[in-house]
Amino acid sequence: MIWTISKRIINVIPICFFVYTAVFFLLRIAPGDPATAMLGDYASASAVAALREEMGLNQPIFVQYLHGLIGLFKGDLGISLASGTPVVDQIRAALPYTLELATASLVIGVVLGVPLGTLSAVKDGKLIDHVSRIVSLAGLSIPSFVLGIILMLVFSIYLPLFPAVGGGGRGNWYETLVYLTLPSLTLGLIMMAYVTRVTRNAMMNVLSEDYIRTARSKGISERKVIMHHALPNCLVPLISLCAINFIMLVSSSVMVEIVFSRPGLGRVLVSAMLQRDYVSLQSVLVVYAFLIIVVNTFADILYSIANPRIRAK
Amino acid sequence: MSADSTTSRLGGLAWFSLAGLCCLIAISLLASLLPLADPLRQDAFHTLAAPSLGHLLGTDGHGRDILSRVIYGSQVSLFTSISSIGMAAVLGTILGITAGYHNNWVEVVIMRVSDSLMALPSLILGIAIMAILGPGLDKVIFCIAFVMTPRFIRIAYGATMVVRPQEFIEAARAISAPFGRIFRVHILPNIVSEISVVAALWVGTAIQIEASLSFIGIGVPPPSPTWGNMIREGLDYLSMAPWIALAPSVAIFCTIILFNLAGDSIRDIIDPKHYRRA
Repeated sequence: MIWTISKRIINVIPICFFVYTAVFFLLRIAPGDPATAMLGDYASASAVAALREEMGLNQPIFVQYLHGLIGLFKGDLGISLASGTPVVDQIRAALPYTLELATASLVIGVVLGVPLGTLSAVKDGKLIDHVSRIVSLAGLSIPSFVLGIILMLVFSIYLPLFPAVGGGGRGNWYETLVYLTLPSLTLGLIMMAYVTRVTRNAMMNVLSEDYIRTARSKGISERKVIMHHALPNCLVPLISLCAINFIMLVSSSVMVEIVFSRPGLGRVLVSAMLQRDYVSLQSVLVVYAFLIIVVNTFADILYSIANPRIRAK
Repeated sequence: MSADSTTSRLGGLAWFSLAGLCCLIAISLLASLLPLADPLRQDAFHTLAAPSLGHLLGTDGHGRDILSRVIYGSQVSLFTSISSIGMAAVLGTILGITAGYHNNWVEVVIMRVSDSLMALPSLILGIAIMAILGPGLDKVIFCIAFVMTPRFIRIAYGATMVVRPQEFIEAARAISAPFGRIFRVHILPNIVSEISVVAALWVGTAIQIEASLSFIGIGVPPPSPTWGNMIREGLDYLSMAPWIALAPSVAIFCTIILFNLAGDSIRDIIDPKHYRRA
């Protein structure tokens, strides 16, 4: 088991390397000059040349790449061209807001989605099943920023229960929770739709297995059959779903952070983009990618712990 | 599969979604023939007007008719999403089949680059691309096609890996058929249905990405109406005139639901096993 986990962790290194390479060359091979893009079309040639020098764009591309890679290993992501502060500080300040949003949304999605999906499978074809399928389809089809605006309209404007914008101060858990409620509910309800659908399908498959029939024939109560025999066997697809959807949550968090003006990683990304700050943009993209790779690896490890057949392989 | 069994498998919901999509596309294409106000005409005397008989969905902060802007906005959303998914499907299928068929460095290069790009969520990658390209309709189409291509590569690659060891491919290789012919005559017809299903389902995703980019302000530039930039404008007036944001929100939601339902229906016809599982 320790060997399996070590192997998966070692596998992360080349993937991170590939991703860094892809992001670096993506931003370099694109048409246009970053220095001109940042200063605007009317900037003087000398100003553009000075900025190119400052950004290190005059060096050969392979040297730029190596410098970036060495900096990354040292934890130095460069200096933001827009604010003049280290990018790593910006990311360190913003990351907790994004992580707490994604985690809270995941929890809401699982807590609401697993019971609804289970109930839907158990009551197949009944009213609750139809309702859960409609809710699931709606959740899969609504963009996060649209749902965010609807929740803001209802719970901040018509019923002033939660603040509409802001992230709350760090260190005050009550304030954090109050500011987190609407953004996490927005993503959590969308997550719930995915979880409901997968739980329902997994439960339908499990309920037709022989061991469930055996358990029922032994006279075990239906509640025990579901809770003790069926539900644990739905865990495996749920774990991979949570990993896949964490990516969706991180992606959607950009939009939710804009709607609710949360000072998370998404806002750093968008402001870097609007200010044409290529140093911050590249760093934030790499952090996003690493975050997703780490979560996927963690899910792989959990997956092998939860499924003995994979562990045996 | 007979036509009758195909028709009978299409439930009421599938017919509803297909009919809804046809209506949506028809309204979008025929917008200029409908008795609608000019979507760009500003009216300083009727700003933020609530829905009424004169303006069925009200007006925005510049007095522009919301209904007209929602309908003209659908042209941008549908054109962008369908054309970008079409481009991504063609490019992704070609690259996916090439990678799946060649068991050598070609496969390694295509799949590693594709996997690296898929490590970033579509929207975040899209934001990065738009940061480089700048706003504009053609750039949005290219951007969405670029971020969706790796997904099609993955699907086409997987499907090709299933088809490749089969005897008819072996037979074609045995008679020295060139790759181009094997690609066109033997592999493509066997995987095209799978590609069509995901293409239909991913049109909804493309609509979401386009709306998100416009919402951020890096999609199609104003004053052209798009659902995303209408919602962004509406956000500033949310407490005073919620209809500005709500009308395009409902339009996006309904369109994506219709595409998702239509995609599910096509999958049910093509893959009966999935239909039974669902």
